Amino acid sequence: MTILDSKIPAGPLADKWANHKNTVGLVNPANRAKLDIILVGTGLAGAAAASTLGELGYNVKAFCFQDTPRRAHSVAAQGGINAAKNYKNDGDSIYRLFHDVIKGGDYRAREANVYRAAEVSNHTIDQLVAAGVPFAREYSGYLDNRSFGGVQVSRTFYARGQTGQQCLLGAYSGLIRQVAKGKVTMYPRRDMLEVVVVDGEARGIITRNLVTGEIERHSGHAVILATGGYGTIYYLSTLAVGSNATAAWAAHRKGALFANPSFVQIHPTSLPQLNDYQAKLTLMSESLRNDGRIWVPKEAGDKRHPNSIPEDERDYYLERRYPAFGNLVPRDVASRAAKERCDAGYGVGDTGLSVYLDFSGAIEKQGKKAIEAKYGNLFEMYNKLTDIDPYEDPMRIYPAGHYTMGGLWVDYNLMTTVPGLFSIGESNFSDHGANRLGAGSLMQCAGEGYFITPVAIGDYLSERIKTPRMPVDGPEFDAAERDARDRLDRLMAVNGKQTVTAFHKRLGRIMWDDCGMVRNEAGLEQALSSITELKEEFWSDVKVPGRQDRVNQELEKAVRVADFLELGQLMSRDALARKESCGAHFREESQTPEGEAQRIDSEYSYVAAWEYQGEGGEHVLHKEPLKFENVEIKERSYK
Amino acid sequence: MRAFLGASVGKKLIVGLSGLFLILFLVVHLAVNLTMFAGRDTYNAVAHWMGTNPAILAMRPVLAAGLVVHILVSSYLAWSNWRSRPERYAMVDAAGGSTWASRHMFVLGGLVILFLGLHLSSFAIPMTFGSPPLAENSPVMKDAYALVTARFGLWWYVSLYTAAMVFLGLHVAHGLQSAIQTVGLSNRRWRRRWARVGNVYAAVVAVGFASLPLYFFIQSQVGSA
Amino acid sequence: MRIQLKIWRQETATHKGGFVTHVLDDVSREMSFLEMLDYLNTTLIERGEEPVVFEHDCREGICGCCSLYINGRPHGPGKETTTCELRMTKFADGDTIVIEPWRSKAFPVIRDLMVDRTALDQILQAGGFISANTGAAPEANSIPISKERSDEAFDAAVCIGCGSCTAACPNGSVMLFVAAKVSQLALLPQGQPEAKRRAWAMMAKADELGFGACSNTAACEAECPKGIDIGHIARLNRELFRGGFGSLATAAS
Repeated sequence: MTILDSKIPAGPLADKWANHKNTVGLVNPANRAKLDIILVGTGLAGAAAASTLGELGYNVKAFCFQDTPRRAHSVAAQGGINAAKNYKNDGDSIYRLFHDVIKGGDYRAREANVYRAAEVSNHTIDQLVAAGVPFAREYSGYLDNRSFGGVQVSRTFYARGQTGQQCLLGAYSGLIRQVAKGKVTMYPRRDMLEVVVVDGEARGIITRNLVTGEIERHSGHAVILATGGYGTIYYLSTLAVGSNATAAWAAHRKGALFANPSFVQIHPTSLPQLNDYQAKLTLMSESLRNDGRIWVPKEAGDKRHPNSIPEDERDYYLERRYPAFGNLVPRDVASRAAKERCDAGYGVGDTGLSVYLDFSGAIEKQGKKAIEAKYGNLFEMYNKLTDIDPYEDPMRIYPAGHYTMGGLWVDYNLMTTVPGLFSIGESNFSDHGANRLGAGSLMQCAGEGYFITPVAIGDYLSERIKTPRMPVDGPEFDAAERDARDRLDRLMAVNGKQTVTAFHKRLGRIMWDDCGMVRNEAGLEQALSSITELKEEFWSDVKVPGRQDRVNQELEKAVRVADFLELGQLMSRDALARKESCGAHFREESQTPEGEAQRIDSEYSYVAAWEYQGEGGEHVLHKEPLKFENVEIKERSYK
Repeated sequence: MRAFLGASVGKKLIVGLSGLFLILFLVVHLAVNLTMFAGRDTYNAVAHWMGTNPAILAMRPVLAAGLVVHILVSSYLAWSNWRSRPERYAMVDAAGGSTWASRHMFVLGGLVILFLGLHLSSFAIPMTFGSPPLAENSPVMKDAYALVTARFGLWWYVSLYTAAMVFLGLHVAHGLQSAIQTVGLSNRRWRRRWARVGNVYAAVVAVGFASLPLYFFIQSQVGSA
Repeated sequence: MRIQLKIWRQETATHKGGFVTHVLDDVSREMSFLEMLDYLNTTLIERGEEPVVFEHDCREGICGCCSLYINGRPHGPGKETTTCELRMTKFADGDTIVIEPWRSKAFPVIRDLMVDRTALDQILQAGGFISANTGAAPEANSIPISKERSDEAFDAAVCIGCGSCTAACPNGSVMLFVAAKVSQLALLPQGQPEAKRRAWAMMAKADELGFGACSNTAACEAECPKGIDIGHIARLNRELFRGGFGSLATAAS
């Protein structure tokens, strides 16, 4: 249990970050040029970190699997980015933002980290605006804010329904500027397969060049992973289909503990699955719930056209169950409520697995023009993908796997349990506890990339300014490359009959059914054994065509699915071990009489961090107890 | 400066500006032509003035230079544009929204130049360097009117002339709005207006020029019949 | 429905490529275009053949990964649609669909339908940014920007960097892509200090990379999945004037 030292600075909550910055080690500008930093993943967190580290004078080698950093999945975040600017004068403050995140995460996040995230959020907005991000403005010319998911103030900055795209492009522009200056070297189209640990410190990585198939070695003084989340484990999710856990899992295999793996946010408003071919469940922004009302027919199996079901025969179940927050309850609550209605037979559509999101009232009240100004691009997207016009008919939505609160365990300095190996953005276990609030992800990613990583890296490297560059021919690099090659060879050698995607779909189904929105002991036990069987079948019957020295998208997928099979087991084990309900993790055995999540603080107020024990070995659980000194722990209620 | 001329945007600017200059020239030329409708004497007088006024004469080499620059630089651009896609598409569907003319400016320009050769050899060169018959009422004035109306009696010449004016019109229709865009004088609202201006201008020029051969050809047919 | 696919196959950048015809008998109208290709690949793998390589990621029209020149048009039929948003309802039983990679000297084929678009990054590296170091930014609301101006900047900023403008342009020009960035930054006060050199530097880079020259056909605008207006190209041209065309490309040289 001693291996988890969160290194939270002493002092009052509001002073911790400032004190910490005042006391950490620094690297002088002349020495920075002698230090190399490997950064894997160039989404919002990675790009912001790369640009800032480059500006400071470090040499950054940045890797991504896409052809360019601008395509990272941060690009798809829609709704907004939070900050405690209090521009609306509605009583917001850093403390309120902090409090909302802690509460929204159902008291399973670290106080100090969350407070710091809230603290730097304001600087993030300044930075993004300076970089040219065209956030929405009022007619005064000042920045606009909207209210977003599960909070009572308007603190969300937004850029139509494309906030993630605009924030990412802002950070990316800083990154390419450093590329032009020669401070950042981009290595696109690379998959990171191994972390190289030398004398207990992360000193390099092994990558596969996705164009030539070459296995490459890279060394540095520190390694940062900014590789995003693993929601694609469900196969169908709101994520980009290329999103994966491979880099994080490689780090995990080398000793980085994996925290709260089962904390997965299921987003309530996504397109429903319509058929078996579907490769993706497109997210419809949560902001839609500001004006859209969610309902199902009061009568189970009512097949009438939604517009011909009269008002009094509709069940606005969120408004009914949660009168205070109504349609704006947090995501986990909204998702489970939709599942509850559909499981009870009230779902709509051919599959019965969707609910209505209705704008007719809002259009009547505010006019079509006002609704178009707010959600035009979302309505258009929905129309394109479904051929249904949401101005006329209600949308049909259903929850889908979305964001992973779990990830690599990191201390206050964002460093994993492997010295020199950092994890930032969604890839770490983050500040969101057991459930993330809307517009919190961009806030965390940008804040960590721009402001927290540089401090943490400087502190770590200040003790290593005399460390020379490492040649890549040492035994640790040999061994890591051998491991990577072995795995690729093994995958190619199976030469079975089933496609990688077939396995991915089956794994996704298991995870969705038993380790999704609602979990119970029997289901999780079942999931564990099903995944074990599926894993065996995968390694004996998967078909990876083609050659290793060519572009081979099937091989890329196979590597990812092989890791997902192991991660799926760990998620199930984590969900099994946490016998309470909290946030997005809902254990049927632990609910209030009204069917809401029931935390058991006396037993589970900890971060579950799992240690890898070799292939086939059983993970060991380490607990980091959570202390709440600045908020009063309450039952999370949105009634 | 070499870098400016080497850059595609530099060349585009030159093509655009020379194009606008040529477009302005067209309207002067057309105005002169249209005086034919006023009769032989007026036209001959105007033609004589054009051929002897020092200011007009001084403009001739400028015009020629503008034309040559326009042709050379745009040809170079067309060639380098062609090279920017070494492997062509097997199937192209221009359903998108670009006009046929805009995609075939080089071809249209080439056709106009071919006609220009014929035009110069049959009119401007004899008027300037040859010794066509003099006008009846003047010892020095050449009978331009006779020269032109003789040509306009030939069906093949009139057909070529008319076709060339269609090509010219299409070339100018895109050329005008394109040049305006290149010199930056357009935006979301104005581009539609400029496109309309370009189309109207091109139509005026094409119809204006073509009206003469058609009119005189019909006259000649009516006269001989 | 039955669909015949004529697809460009090319093993590597240096291999010779050519069209290969594949027939799918049971395509569902509910499929997206890329799901149809997924389905094709599944059948190819099951038959022991190599799947078709094509790029895709977010599958919701925002990452700019998907490309494909479908039946003579980038991103296929339909206005303001990326390939991943394209549905098979746009096609009919018995159709032949020709799929080519995007063709440009600056976008060499990597494999099959996958091309290298790093040239777009290189253009942005030449000046598609505001040099605002982290930490130096002033308070966000200290720079009021009129809503109209900000909205117009946004209209340019929506570019997803897919390269369809170049793919569509008869000249293989990348001007709309450059214009989107130049225009966005030219409209914002934050972009002013570097405005004079930006447009020229980016266009010079585009030339160097082998892109063609814009002749204002507007084919790019017609095919842009984000509906970016060529009015932004006019602004790019004005920016070139404003910078004196790189001060006539640094006069002396």
